[in-house]
Amino acid sequence: MKDEIRIILHEHARLTQDARLLTDDADLYQVGMTSHASVNVMLALEGRFDIEFPDRMLRRGVFASISAISAAIGELVAASVHAVGA
Amino acid sequence: MSPSAPELLEKAKHVGIETAARHANEVDVAARFPHEAVDALKKHRLLGAGVPPEFGGLGAGMEQLAAACETLGQYCASTAMIYAMHLIQVACIVRHRAASPFFARYLVEVAEKQTLIASVTSEATVGGELRTSVAGVEHKGDRLNINKNATTISYGVQADALLLTARRSPEAPANDQVLVLLQRTDYSLEAAGTWDTLGMRGTCSPGFRVVGDAPDEQILDASFADIASQTMVPFSHILWSSCWLGIATAALGRAHEFVRQQARAKPGTVPPAALRLAEATNLLQLMRTNVHDVAHECEALMQGQGGVDALSSIPFALKMNNLKISSSQLVVQIVHQALLICGIAAYKNDSRFALGRHLRDALSAALMVGNDRIYATNASMLLVLKDD
Repeated sequence: MKDEIRIILHEHARLTQDARLLTDDADLYQVGMTSHASVNVMLALEGRFDIEFPDRMLRRGVFASISAISAAIGELVAASVHAVGA
Repeated sequence: MSPSAPELLEKAKHVGIETAARHANEVDVAARFPHEAVDALKKHRLLGAGVPPEFGGLGAGMEQLAAACETLGQYCASTAMIYAMHLIQVACIVRHRAASPFFARYLVEVAEKQTLIASVTSEATVGGELRTSVAGVEHKGDRLNINKNATTISYGVQADALLLTARRSPEAPANDQVLVLLQRTDYSLEAAGTWDTLGMRGTCSPGFRVVGDAPDEQILDASFADIASQTMVPFSHILWSSCWLGIATAALGRAHEFVRQQARAKPGTVPPAALRLAEATNLLQLMRTNVHDVAHECEALMQGQGGVDALSSIPFALKMNNLKISSSQLVVQIVHQALLICGIAAYKNDSRFALGRHLRDALSAALMVGNDRIYATNASMLLVLKDD
């Protein structure tokens, strides 16, 4: 999943560094991701993983690093699998 | 509310009536700094209103500060806006100083010496984009150097200190910013332009080149991204809106008085302008309710648990932006309605119903961070908002 997140960041986050070479915990805002770019990242992630970030997740911290994004997606995917299973 | 609340409001009203109102026209005509009113604010210790009591301030929260700005705005919008901008800078320091011993000492000084702080967020080539800087902080030993070409600094000449945005370093990305405090002896200003404007003439906000050299400890540790979303933007939009609410209240107050006068001249008939007054009163209630409601909600979030997360969320940013847009539009509508109600009496500058200054001051509201730019931001945020 993290590799796919890196590709999306590479395409949409407009970072000052190559997103594919970032560590999982690198602060994306410190490498140039603007609020506007983060919206495009959210949209691309929603499309790619077939999820919707609820409003409670629309916070800076949730999209601050590859690890944080991965955790958020993991939580949403698990919830939807659980919902389908039930 | 803290015990200081009624005291703050009472003093703001006193300064408004006794000093700000008396000089408002003269300040407007000459486009000069309202030094009498600002001196009065200092004399009554109101520049320390947002400083916590343990540092010698009044410890007033958002709602109390908003009420003080609203009150001053009824008498002199320039004075109110200068006060609001100062309070915003103090709030950034209070809420983001972390464990800095320097900023703790500095807050004591603000309360004690009634230091007036100006904001330097604008910059040539980035215009009004708060979250982008060109100039970067250069570090030399334990000191910092900064050279910033600001397009507007309100009361730049009269301020005792500047709080300035800059890139963390010259090499940092444009949005990796910090806030730097420069005290009077740390900087020089080179004026670039004049301030001969339609309204808000007393804020004296021309452009300047700022060249600063200060100890490193005068940089706030927190990232400006957090300071902006959690404090600077909410404080700005609420306190600015409060100033505009003051303008609208004063203008409609004059219109109301005008209608009462008409009614007394002809008892038994409702003056035609009374209908327009009824409509405008409706708008004023809408504006007031919105400003007070958002101020109340923001204060609750700022004091409550988990508030920091909520303050940096998209739904909160959207609400703040909507407040700014709606109050900046309503103030113009309400003042214009008041002008129509009073007619020529309001159009004449030397009449006691004069509303020219109110209208010109109100027209600045949509431009202080352009509404179109804010709408564009909201449009982008709505693409991911679910309203769930």
